[in-house]
Parts: sequence; structure tokens; C-alpha cells
Amino acid sequence: MTAAPDGARSVPDHAHEDVDGTAAASSTTAATPPPPVEEAAMAEAMGPTRTAAGSGPYFGDFGGRFVPEALIEALDELDAEYSKAKADPAFGDELARLHLTYTGRPSIITEVPRFAAHCGGVRVILKREDLNHTGSHKINNVLGQALLTKRLGKKRVIAETGAGQHGVATATAAALFDLDCVIYMGEEDTRRQALNVARMRLLGAEVVPVSTGSKTLKDAINEALRDWVTNVDTTNYVFGTVAGPHPFPAMVRDFQRIIGVEARQQVLDLTGRLPDVVAACVGGGSNAIGIFHAFLDDPDVRLVGLEAGGDGVDTGRHAATISGGAPGVLHGARSFLLQDEDGQTIESHSISAGLDYPGVGPEHSWLSSIHRAEYRPITDAQAMEAFRLLCRTEGIIPAIESSHALAGAMQLGREAVAAGRPDTTILVNLSGRGDKDVETAAAWFSLLDEGES
Amino acid sequence: MTDQAVGTQDPRARDVRSAVGERIDAVRAAGRAALVGYLPVGFPDVETSVRAARTMVEQGVDVVELGVPYSDPVMDGPLIQKAVESALGAGVRVRDTLRAVEAVAGAGAPVLVMTYWNPVIRYGVDAFARDLASAGGAGMITPDLIPDEAGEWMTASDRYGLDRVFLVAPSSTTERLALTARASRGFVYAASTMGVTGTRTSVGEHAARLVADTRRAGAEHVCVGLGVSTADQAAEVAAYADGVIVGSAFVRPLVEAAEGSPGSDGIERLAAVVRDLASGVRRAAV
Ligand SMILES: Cc1ncc(COP(=O)(O)O)c(C=O)c1O
Repeated sequence: MTAAPDGARSVPDHAHEDVDGTAAASSTTAATPPPPVEEAAMAEAMGPTRTAAGSGPYFGDFGGRFVPEALIEALDELDAEYSKAKADPAFGDELARLHLTYTGRPSIITEVPRFAAHCGGVRVILKREDLNHTGSHKINNVLGQALLTKRLGKKRVIAETGAGQHGVATATAAALFDLDCVIYMGEEDTRRQALNVARMRLLGAEVVPVSTGSKTLKDAINEALRDWVTNVDTTNYVFGTVAGPHPFPAMVRDFQRIIGVEARQQVLDLTGRLPDVVAACVGGGSNAIGIFHAFLDDPDVRLVGLEAGGDGVDTGRHAATISGGAPGVLHGARSFLLQDEDGQTIESHSISAGLDYPGVGPEHSWLSSIHRAEYRPITDAQAMEAFRLLCRTEGIIPAIESSHALAGAMQLGREAVAAGRPDTTILVNLSGRGDKDVETAAAWFSLLDEGES
Repeated sequence: MTDQAVGTQDPRARDVRSAVGERIDAVRAAGRAALVGYLPVGFPDVETSVRAARTMVEQGVDVVELGVPYSDPVMDGPLIQKAVESALGAGVRVRDTLRAVEAVAGAGAPVLVMTYWNPVIRYGVDAFARDLASAGGAGMITPDLIPDEAGEWMTASDRYGLDRVFLVAPSSTTERLALTARASRGFVYAASTMGVTGTRTSVGEHAARLVADTRRAGAEHVCVGLGVSTADQAAEVAAYADGVIVGSAFVRPLVEAAEGSPGSDGIERLAAVVRDLASGVRRAAV
């Protein structure tokens, strides 16, 4: 690890000086407010101590590679190939072409005034990742990793999936690129997200239900790692979020940061200024880091990650990893996780399969530790209320995952108004659409109806 | 997390006696390879797992590995997963592992703890090393900890005089073999195949070459694990390695007994399997 570039490590020392938690690298951005400059120019202007400069393996005290030695060669190979690809314009061009002609990027932003009325009346703008092909942000990452798989000369991909969105995206890319595809999915999730199981099978993927442990996403990852250790010669592991061993946290983030790069400019074009708050749900953290990243060095932009609070953090039945967990190692990285006093992983609980994960990406743990981003829990009930509201007020059915971010916007908007800032603008990452969740939502609301009558 | 942590240890560390290394040398002086036996603590219960481990020693195991049950054992196949899941379900704690070490340590074989890394982090790396040493443990095998990430453990193991067994795999590069050989004390654990624990019909054809490469990279002792389950396989591996590591084949009789296979006293059946494997390592001419 000695030779690995590690821009992130020098940052926290500066960042700690910012007691108000809003600015991590203010000294480098200084005097003039950031104009709507091009990404590259901005990167150059900000120099090497930018908060956004972290490229792993470590983000402060978090990250690393806590994996069996048998995987190190594959991780090194992936890291090297990714570095080469990053420097190769042909790779970037091919990815950009896929975004434009396959996914439907750039995704639009939508201002939602009727929903915003429930957020204290502040301005609310949605980044519409729900409109992507396959229905969520997951495709952004998968296309990048599928192209890398081709470059590695491998013919088989495996992936874990919780809600099924990453599995569907991976199965989609496998069909497109003619790769064999095996998806590991907790047995419990195959029941909750049966529609997505059918989608993956339609796309030609083999779906393997995992019945060990808690039978959810964390166990699907274990099983995928076992497959990878065994078949690493032929197989690339297309990991679905910004957790896992290096290079996944940095690489997946890089593939998702297009969300924030687009949204930053789109909000500037629409409103003439940056948003005051950016809100996103956090499972492993890929959609959140994707939209946060372009704003990390905009010190006045508050970044808020909404974790799955389940029945409430105090009940112990939740998936709020940063709000209710502690640092440790799970699935290859040092980060926050839900664990008992023996370091055994605690099963998470959330109505949202995509957030039902007891870990979180190391960059989020770091951003939390330096107070550049904040994380708070949203309960199942709060998320479902936001889900219902967006359906009724705007005619958009959100993923239950994304509904946690919407519920966060409701809280943050009301708080801003209460604090005398009614002119606040909140950018919300609508990470996915709710088609897959119709059954869950129907069950939830008819239960409520029964209870009320 | 730097080369410092791995390469340039405290020179006194060289003087740390290796309980496991000495045992392997003694066995080698007797003209054979060592038999290293794994069992998870707490399966089917703590008391029985202790008896089972002592039985292994009585029947010819030279070095004991006691596994800390962990919720996410990514290096383990279905059999061991089943055993540790059951142990955790029954409420087995990390401190039970230390009690088990204490109870097995007097049986006549050095005892290593085999553990995924998070339980140790949670306990405190230094505290765990301290308590392991005072329980009479010989050291740790760490399947998901590579030397690159092991700074704290390197320090603690030197401080308390513990062995530290890291793994190498058929995919390891020459540089990584050297790095791992340098960081390890006791022996280097050579994973015979790319894969997880479980019994296999053949030990990977890479294993012999991996052992030779690891020795060439500087390792004093190299033991081979993953998939050894018969006396013939043990004899085959014993011909080129310093030790033969057996896990799933020893766990299996206990799992079968727990599942109520007819006529099964798990420990008796385990004893028979150990005797068989012990005859395997004695058959090979080193
Ligand atoms: C729509 C949607 N949003 C969010 C997530 C959570 O993942 P992450 O935190 O990596 O964005 C998922 C995961 O399945 C998802 O499907």
C-alpha cells in the first residue's frame, strides 16, 4: 500500500479546523465564490488538498483491503486496468457514448413545487436518476465496470444485489456485452423483490438465492466473494456500491460522480446559484457519493446522507450504519458498520431492500468524521409518507430507497424555514423509480388503511 | 499500513520464540510433516468443542487451530459456515474462544486462534493479543488480514511473543510471497487452491509449486491447507510441505453427529478421522 497515491490522507488535518462542519477545504477555495466553471478547470484551481481528491485505498482512517490474499492479485489487476482506462480517452469516449445513447444521460432535473410545499415551502429540485434505463443510478457504475471487464479479457461477471436494481443493471450490461452473468441475492430479498428476479432472468442472468446468515445483501456479498475467490481467473466482480476493498470505493464513486457533475451545472443553470443542501439516501453509499462528490469543495453546500432508520435507531431494528454503528471491518474495508460487542455483524432492518445493509462505504465514514457531510436516519414510516406525497403531488413514483432522501428534504426544508432561511434550495437525488416497490407500498398502505378504519 | 509495519520490524522481534515453529521443527526432526487440525469453538457447544480439540491432540494432531465463530466467514465453505452459524446461534462469544484456548493449551500441542479480523479489532488488537498470550495461546491465523494492513497486529504479536500466520495463494506474486514470508512467524499458510474451505477430491496441483515458491521467497515453514481430507492426500502433501492443515474433514463428523446421523458419537468419529490423517503424514517420507 505504500506506493498507492493517497491524496485523502493529508486532508483531515485541515478539515478538522472547520468546527462548523460546513467547509473541509475552504482555505483552497478561498476568496471568490466558485463560478460555474468547467470541471477540469475547477479541479486544477483547487489543487491537491481538495476534499474530492481522495482516490483510496484510504480515506482518512477508513478503507483499505481487508480480504483474503487470494483476491489481492485480482484487486491489483483491476486497479491497474482501471488506472489505464482512466488515462485512455477511448474508454471515456465509449462510456460517454453509452451514457448518451443507452442510459439516456444526462438525466434531467425536475423542480417539484407541490412536493416542496411539504418541505416548509423551500425550493426542491430532483435529480432524475429514476429515468435512467433500468430505473436507477446503478447503471452508471455497471457500464463502467462492464467496459473494464472487456478490457480485462474476462467473460464472466458476478454481482450481489439487494433491491435487485444493481442485479438488473449488471444483467443488462452482461446482455449488452455478451458476458455470462451470475447474480447473488439474499433469499429474503428474492421474495421482497420478486419482480426484479424475473427481470434478471429475462435478461439471461442466473440468479442464485443465498440462504446463509441473514439471507439478505450482506450474505449475498459473502457468497459473491466466495465465488470470486474460486473463479477469479475468468470472472470479474461487478460490485454495486462504494463499499468493499480498494479499488471499489474510489472506482464506483468515479463512475457515479457524473450524477453530481451534471446536477451541479443543471442547478446553476436553473437557479443561478448552487443548492444550499444536497440530500441523498445511503445504503452502501453510491448514489450519495455520486451526487456529493462534485460539491465536496463547495464549502457552502451542505451534504446530507439519509440512512435507513427502519423502526427507529433506538429500537435496534434499522440500517443506519453511521448514525447507529461503530468503526470496524466488513467486506474488505474499514468503515462504520452495525456490530455487536463481539464484532459480529448485526442484521440490518429496513423496508427498503436497497438500504438494508449493515455497512457503508469508507469515504462516507471519512466525510462524516471530518464533518464534511452529515448523516441522519429516516424511519420506514417517514420514508413511506414521503413516497406517498411524491406520488400524489408530482405524479412521480419514487423508489423506497430514494424516498428516504425525500423524507430528509421534508425535514431539512422545514428546519431551514424555522431557522429563517425560506429561500433555501434543496437538491435531492431521486436515485430510482418505484416500479419494483409497488407491491411493498400497496401492502404498507393497505395495512395503514386497516389500522385507521 | 506501510512497509515499516511489515519489513523493518523491531529487531528484537527476530528473537521472539515461535512455539509453532519449534513444534514443526521437532516433528521434522522425527522425520515427518506436522498435522494441523482446525475446529471452530462452540460447535456443537463450547464444552464439546474443547473435548473435540483435546481428542485431536490425543489422536495425533501436532498443532491446533481454534476458530472464532464469525458472522461473515467469506473464506469458508458450506460445512464450516453451518458449524459457526450454529455456534453463533447458540450464543458463543469471543471470550469463549479464549477460555477454550486455555482449556486446550495443556493438551500437548500449541494452539493457534484462527479468526477473521473484525472480532479482534472490536476486542482491541493489543488486548486480544495480551489475553490470548495469557490464555496460553501460541498465536493467530488471520484469513482476511494481509500483512499490508497488519501494522497493529505486528506490534502486538511481537510484544506478547505470539506467532502470526498469514496466507499465500496460488495467485500471489513473488513480491507478495516475500512480503508474507517476512511478516509471518510460525509458518506461512499456503492455500492449495483458489477457493474456500471444504473437502475436495484432489489437492490443487498448484500446491507443491506454491510451497517451493514460498520457501524460495524466504519462508522457513510452509503448511498447506484447503481441501485435505484423506490420508492419501495428507501423505501427498506431507511429502513436500512442513505441515498439512485439515479443517472441514475434522468438522464433518461433528456436523453429522449434530444432525443426528445414525450411530454417531461425533467425537469418536472425529478420533477415527484424525488417526487416519495422522497415519497419512507418517506415511510420507520427508
Ligand atoms: C434506487 C436505489 N437507491 C439507492 C440504493 C442504495 O445503494 P447506494 O447507497 O449504493 O446508492 C439502491 C440499491 O439497491 C437503489 O436501488
